[in-house]
Amino acid sequence: MSVTEYRVLAGPEGYLPPAAASMGVALPEEGEALVEGKIVPEKEAMRKIAEKLLTAKNPVFFPGPLLLWAWKEGVAEKAKAVKDLAEAAGAKIIPMPDYRPKYPMINPAIEINPNHPNLTIWHNKIDACVFIGVHCHYANVALKIIRGGTDCYTIALCGEMGHEDAMISLRDVDLPKIKKVTEMVKEMKKEGLK
Amino acid sequence: MNKSLFKISPGFEDIMPAEYRELVEHGPYEKGFGVSDLGTFKELIEEHPLCAGCGLALSLRMILASLPKPEDTIIVGSTGCSSIAFPQVALHNIHSLFGNQNALASGLKRALKLRFPDKIKDVVVIAGDGATADIGLDMVMQSWFRRENITTIMLDNEAYANTGGQESGMSPQGTILNMAPTGKKFPKISLPEIAREAGCAYAAAVSPAHPKRLEKAVRRAILLAREIGPTYIQVFSPCPTNYKFKPHETIARIKQREKDGTFSIKEYISPEAQEWLAQIEEVKK
Repeated sequence: MSVTEYRVLAGPEGYLPPAAASMGVALPEEGEALVEGKIVPEKEAMRKIAEKLLTAKNPVFFPGPLLLWAWKEGVAEKAKAVKDLAEAAGAKIIPMPDYRPKYPMINPAIEINPNHPNLTIWHNKIDACVFIGVHCHYANVALKIIRGGTDCYTIALCGEMGHEDAMISLRDVDLPKIKKVTEMVKEMKKEGLK
Repeated sequence: MNKSLFKISPGFEDIMPAEYRELVEHGPYEKGFGVSDLGTFKELIEEHPLCAGCGLALSLRMILASLPKPEDTIIVGSTGCSSIAFPQVALHNIHSLFGNQNALASGLKRALKLRFPDKIKDVVVIAGDGATADIGLDMVMQSWFRRENITTIMLDNEAYANTGGQESGMSPQGTILNMAPTGKKFPKISLPEIAREAGCAYAAAVSPAHPKRLEKAVRRAILLAREIGPTYIQVFSPCPTNYKFKPHETIARIKQREKDGTFSIKEYISPEAQEWLAQIEEVKK
């Protein structure tokens, strides 16, 4: 067994990177988050997200079906908050409307598909991305493919327990938490970070 | 699915790819469209990578346009040419292991009945002739014997078409294909008759050369599967690539086969199904 601590860093790590969970990366407890495989207080991870978004050349949000479709009460409000966050960070938005493996018909300029997310990242030269509203199993697949084949920095804003395979992962992300990250982005911009 | 759930979150309309916006605005959900409305609404199949002139693609397009309740239909597919098209279909669809489609569909339908006892959820198997009549025949027959409330639609291109052209049980006797150079030694399987004897409430053979007939068969089969028991439709979908005719000759090919008696439209309705259909007709009047 390796004694080296596994770090979840931007790739390309290789064709088949290991699942971070299999390398000993555990999910955070409530109030905590993951930064590059290490458990940290949630606030620290939020600051890191704001920093990464503001310093990236081409940050992009990838909202998934849970956010793109107004399928239950509260989604529209959350969607608006995510749009505000993307605007504050100067990030583009590329949607993941569903999970059909539409290869090779996908247009990587305007959509992302979890089965080959690397195409969208390569095509648009994305160096930091944010997953939100993507069902856990598809987020896990996509995050691993991105880490394996690209140098993109991945951030997962997860409504459940978080994602080990993202470089930064928040858990239990709800409307107040999205707004909090937006505030941090605005504050850091005022402080001169961009 | 309630159509009211199928709306884009406000503010994201402009970033959604056009085909999704069109599906929301002009899709067939809750509209009751049929094959005669093709060209006036956004179809459930966006594009597909199947060959030019593919009879199977044409049949699939018509079947999707004929579904009585697309918003509450779940399709179960299997390996074959159709499985290459299904990722482009804007309906719930599940790809099963090769030949396992009817077993999966049976379990799915039973689960849906338990989960949504007050809602109609149509489970429709759409698979090729290899998956239905050869590799998956066991599962197909068992779903009929057990009277599962599912519809099985076979897209019959009379070959294993995307693996280079091997004969299937549905290829006519004497057929010569790329990988069947000496000709098929036994006749085409009579699956509509087998379906009838195996307990299907409805069995039919149709083709895209007669769209209204195909639509009627699809609607009858799905409605009877809801109410009575298993149903089966065989859609003759000639393959220009493996049978080596020109892509624009697909429909002519079907008509030629009708003329020489090697393909005919069939319809078998069980007495119970007949009675139910008569009651529906009476209510309509």
